[in-house]
Amino acid sequence: MIRTEELLLNVGPQHPSTHGVFRIIVKLDGEVITEATPVMGYLHRGTEKLAEELTYTQIIPYTDRMDYVSAMTNNYVLCHAVETMMGLAVPERAEFLRLIVMELQRVASHLVWWGTYLLDIGAMSPFLYAFRDRETIVNLFNELSGARLTYNYMRVGGVKWDATDAWLDKVRDFLPYMEKKLVEYDHLVSGNEIFLARIRGVGRYDAETAIDYGLSGANLRCTGVDWDLRRTKPYSLYERFEFDVPVGRTGDCHDRYLIRLEEIRQSLRILRQALEQFPSGGETMGKVPRVIRPPAGEVYVAIESPRGEIGCHIVSKGKQEPYRLKFRRPSFVNLQILPKLLVGETMTNLITILGGIDIVVGEVDC
Amino acid sequence: MSDEEKKEGAKDDLEPDATSGSQRSNDLSEELTAANDAERGESRLSAAEAGTESAVLETGANTDTSDPIDLERESRSGSTAESGVEHREADQETAEARAARAATKAATEGGAASPPAPADPEREAKLAAAAEAPAARAAAKAAAEGEAAGPPAPADPEREAKLAVAAEARAARAAAKAAAEGGTPSAASGSAEQPPAATSPRQPELDGLVALIRDAAGPDAIESATLNELNGDLPTIIVQSDHLTAAANALKSAPQTRFTYLRNVSGVDYETHLEVVYHLVSLTTGRDAAIKVKADREQPQIPSVTPIWATANWNEREIYDLLGIHFTGHPDLRRIMMPDDWEGHPLRKDYAPLDPEV
Repeated sequence: MIRTEELLLNVGPQHPSTHGVFRIIVKLDGEVITEATPVMGYLHRGTEKLAEELTYTQIIPYTDRMDYVSAMTNNYVLCHAVETMMGLAVPERAEFLRLIVMELQRVASHLVWWGTYLLDIGAMSPFLYAFRDRETIVNLFNELSGARLTYNYMRVGGVKWDATDAWLDKVRDFLPYMEKKLVEYDHLVSGNEIFLARIRGVGRYDAETAIDYGLSGANLRCTGVDWDLRRTKPYSLYERFEFDVPVGRTGDCHDRYLIRLEEIRQSLRILRQALEQFPSGGETMGKVPRVIRPPAGEVYVAIESPRGEIGCHIVSKGKQEPYRLKFRRPSFVNLQILPKLLVGETMTNLITILGGIDIVVGEVDC
Repeated sequence: MSDEEKKEGAKDDLEPDATSGSQRSNDLSEELTAANDAERGESRLSAAEAGTESAVLETGANTDTSDPIDLERESRSGSTAESGVEHREADQETAEARAARAATKAATEGGAASPPAPADPEREAKLAAAAEAPAARAAAKAAAEGEAAGPPAPADPEREAKLAVAAEARAARAAAKAAAEGGTPSAASGSAEQPPAATSPRQPELDGLVALIRDAAGPDAIESATLNELNGDLPTIIVQSDHLTAAANALKSAPQTRFTYLRNVSGVDYETHLEVVYHLVSLTTGRDAAIKVKADREQPQIPSVTPIWATANWNEREIYDLLGIHFTGHPDLRRIMMPDDWEGHPLRKDYAPLDPEV
């Protein structure tokens, strides 16, 4: 008879497939995981504490550094929360610009996910293609805001920089390009049998579990729950555009993969409509008091980031700085289900499942 | 903030958004005016209070712009006791002039765009006059104290002052009415603000939740139930911590609420007490609500809702880590962000790091 022994294996925090400094301690029985304990906090910078001594405008760059793959949506949730509190109106042109950069960001973020996910699973070349195409978006953002990742683009009441017509034309040109590339992606990967064998039926859970664990984004929609804040609790200008919210059936990694690719297509669809309706003139900053001082009280505002529901809970005492600022980070909440999913899975599936959740450690730790 | 942005902001300050039909446009314009007034050393009250009060204060502001605190006192007493002795000045400022000014003021407050006050020639003249005023007033005051040896006082200074105030009030009211009828959007919304404030469309929602919680957890389970106006009238209920579990269970399973999705858990240190806020939403109806629980600062204990919503697990660990609230019944209450041997809870308001350099 074979003698078996429990093996304690430490994965991370320095491991490429953990997408940053995330650590997980797994107990193994042979190849099968019996227990998994995530350890985090390696990237904890105390953003919420720091924010208590900063004015709202000063906090915006800190939000860039939470989910650094999707800085635009983070910018937006903070500005939107303060605007909600103060009852500020944002000029139409500014709101259009915000929506355009947020949707471009969604595309860029999903491309990063697509590339790195396949890299985790063992396919090298998709990573290069994804980053090549994402680079176009990063360059667009660079041209608009002067930064490649940490844009600090939005302000309470508007956006910092106006877009030129040439820039808008570049975005317009990007749409057909990306649509063509998506077809290539599908040809290259989506039907690949090895790939399908790795992701089909892996990391499966039902809608009830997903809701219980507070999952959001593709992690929730893969179970068939039609919940996208752009649709269910519309903010910005999303009500004006036609788009579909893809939902899955089986709740496995394959569904999450398909949903994210479809979301890229839907984002391009929104972008096309937004560019068509883009106002020819107008302000990029609304009427905002010189000193941003939201009235005493509190507000919770949530939007749909590429990773799910990102929320901002502000408690104000009528000062320039928030009394308490809490971010509801989708990566942090979505990651909670990981230990549950891993029990009974093999080590190779750990990487598949973790990658499928799509976390950014800057946001997990905040 | 760059210079350009500041300039932009300064310009914006003076032009409250006239096109905005939002409910709070009045508050906003008040705040905008408040910022201006603070800059000019005037009393904030002049903007923060509407109608008669601000008109009265405006008078004060015209006579003395040097000291905001002094100004407030003077403007109140000035129209009663002192107005008699400074009747020389009052002669110049006829009731019509005041009414006109009050109307301008009311219009500004109503949210209509108005040129910056210092640019107003009328006002500048007054500012110049104001320089003389304190001296004149001081002399007059001294004279009045010395058994009315100075210029003859009018028959009844108090009555005259009251009349002036009344005239101003009338003018202000008339101006506000005119503005409202003129269809200035924000002025209109200002007058239309009252009815929704009295009965919000979400009031029945709140009442339903209160009834549900009282039913499930007992009549004394609720400390307070309000609608959060800042947050689109979000129903916000403070629940006694002993009754949290029963209330949470009811909110999750009751067919009329179905709050199956706990979207956020926040901890707040209010210095007098700690508070945990649960933001709930129903994925079927789309309705949302916030439940709050208070905890004592010294021995903070709140029952864990992890058995009800699994998502609370790490959220509660984070709150325990950063604020030191013990969630009783939590399956695995350990620090999550800070190292295990960390001392203190960083998000507490009185938190002092061991080594300030770190």
